[in-house]
Amino acid sequence: MTDDLSDQNSASSQLLQAVVVETVALTRRFGDFTAVDGVSLRIGAAEIYGLIGPNGAGKSTLIKMLTTMLPPTSGRALVAGFDVAKQAAEVRRRIGYVPQLLSADGELTGYENLLLSARLYLLPVAEREQRIADALAMMGLSDVRDRLVRNYSGGMIRRLEIAQSTLHRPAIIFMDEPTEGLDPVGRHAVWNHIRDLRSRLGAAVIVTTHYMDEADVLCDRIALIDRGRVRAVGTPAALKAGVGPNATLDDVFEKLTGAAIEDGGYSAVRQERRAAREHT
Amino acid sequence: MSISGYFTQVFAVADAEARKLWHDPWELVSRATQPVLWLVLFGEVMAQVRGLSPGSVPYLDFLAPGILAQSVLFVAIFYGIAAIWERDLGVLHRYLVSPAPRSALVSGKALSSGTRALSQAIVIYVCAALMGVDLSFAPADIVCAVLFIALGAAMFSTFSLIIACIVRTRERFMGIGQVLTMPIFFASNAIYPIDLMPHWLKTVSSINPLTYEVDGLRAVMLVGGRSSYGLGSDFAALAIVCVLMIAIATRMYPRMTR
Repeated sequence: MTDDLSDQNSASSQLLQAVVVETVALTRRFGDFTAVDGVSLRIGAAEIYGLIGPNGAGKSTLIKMLTTMLPPTSGRALVAGFDVAKQAAEVRRRIGYVPQLLSADGELTGYENLLLSARLYLLPVAEREQRIADALAMMGLSDVRDRLVRNYSGGMIRRLEIAQSTLHRPAIIFMDEPTEGLDPVGRHAVWNHIRDLRSRLGAAVIVTTHYMDEADVLCDRIALIDRGRVRAVGTPAALKAGVGPNATLDDVFEKLTGAAIEDGGYSAVRQERRAAREHT
Repeated sequence: MSISGYFTQVFAVADAEARKLWHDPWELVSRATQPVLWLVLFGEVMAQVRGLSPGSVPYLDFLAPGILAQSVLFVAIFYGIAAIWERDLGVLHRYLVSPAPRSALVSGKALSSGTRALSQAIVIYVCAALMGVDLSFAPADIVCAVLFIALGAAMFSTFSLIIACIVRTRERFMGIGQVLTMPIFFASNAIYPIDLMPHWLKTVSSINPLTYEVDGLRAVMLVGGRSSYGLGSDFAALAIVCVLMIAIATRMYPRMTR
C-alpha cells in the first residue's frame, strides 16, 4: 500500500540509524467508523515530518494516539522507543505537543504558563527561571512575559504554546495544524521556529497540515493521508517527480486519491473563526 | 516518580488556579454574596421559628456552619463546568500530555477548589460574627474548620469533575448540577436538625457526606459546639469519600479528550 519514495534519497540512510516514531498497522475505530486504518510509519530523529490530508482524513486521531491521548483499537506505536498504550508515562516525558486548539491559558501570563509547564515536567528547580527566560527570549516574548495571554495576538499565543510544550527539550514534537489561522508573517515565523527546534534540540517535529504549500517548503518528508490510510510517503520533491514535471503536491494528492483537497466543514470554519477572533 | 515530584505537580495545578483567581478576584466577591443573603434574609426570618435548632443554641448559630457548607457545595458542584470549558478550549490537552500522573492533576484541581472555598469561609465568618453568632476563634478550632471546608470543597468539586466526564457538554451539565444540589442540600442537617426529618429522610441524610461536613463544622465553628457523630467520624467520612472521588476521577479524567 505504502510506497516509500524516500528510499532513493539520503534522508533514508539517516532514518535507519535512529527511528523515533514507528507505527505498525495502527488503527482506531469509533463504532463503525475507522478513523485511522492500518497506518505504518517510520519517522527518524531530527526529521520534519508532515502528515498531510484534508480535514477528517484521520491526522488528528493519529496524533492523539501517538501522544497517548487516545488508545489504539489495534496495531501498535512506539514513540521514543516506548509503546504508547503500555508505557504512556515514558512517552509523555519525551514528547512535546502543540494541539490544534488553544493550549495556553488566557487567564495566566506568559511567564505563568511557562512556570506551570516547568513544574508539570519537573524541570530542575535551579534551572527553571533561566530556561523560562531563555524560552521567552527565543520566542520574542520577553517584553510581554507578565501580560495576560488573553491579550496576546494569535501569533504570540502560538509562539508561547511552542515554548511551553518544548521547555523540557523533548525528543519528538507533535504539532497539530500549527499555522491554522495565522497570517503569512505569523506562518513564516512558526516555520522558522520549527526549523530552529529541529536544529537546536535535534528533535523530530511531526506536523499535521492541510496546506500543501506549507508541507512543500517545511517538511523533509510527508505522508499523504486520506480516509484514514497512508496513500504515499516521501520527500515532497520525490512525490512530485513521481507524478510529472512541474507537478505540485496538490496534483500528487489528486492523482493518489482521485480527489482534490477541499477546505471546509463545520470544525474547520469554527477553527478559522476562532483564530480570527483571537487576532483582534 | 518521587514523592516530592508528585507534590510539585499537584501544587503546579493548584498554584495556576490560584494565580488565575489573583488576576481576577471579582469571582470571589460574587461567590460571597449568596451565603450572606442566606444568613441575613433566611436566617433572620427562620430564627423566629421555634424548635428549628436543638436545645439552647440560637438558630443563627445553628445555621451559620450549615450555610458555610452549603455555599462551598454550591460553588464546588459546578466545578465540572470549568473542566468542560478547559476541554473545549484545549487547555486540558496540555495537562494530559504532560508526564504528571493523572491522580496528581485531579488532586491539584481538588486542592485548588479547597483553597478557593476558604475565601468564602472568611466572608461567612465575618458576616456571622457581625450578626452575633458565638464563633470560636481558638487556633485548633480554626485549623479543623479549614480542614473540613477544604475537604468538603475537594470532595464535591471532584464529584462534579466525574459528572463532567460523563455528561461532556456544558448544557447537559447545567441541568444536572441543579438537580444534584437540591437533594444534597435539603437531605442534610445544613438548615434544620435531622431529628425533624421523617425516618426515610434521616436514612438518606446519614449517608449524605454534606451532613458530616456540617456536623464537623458545627463542632469547631461555635463556642461550645458539639458534634453528633464525633469529630473523628466526620473527618473519616469526608476523607474516605474524597479519596474515593479522586480515585474515580483519576480513571475518568483522561477520557475527556477522546
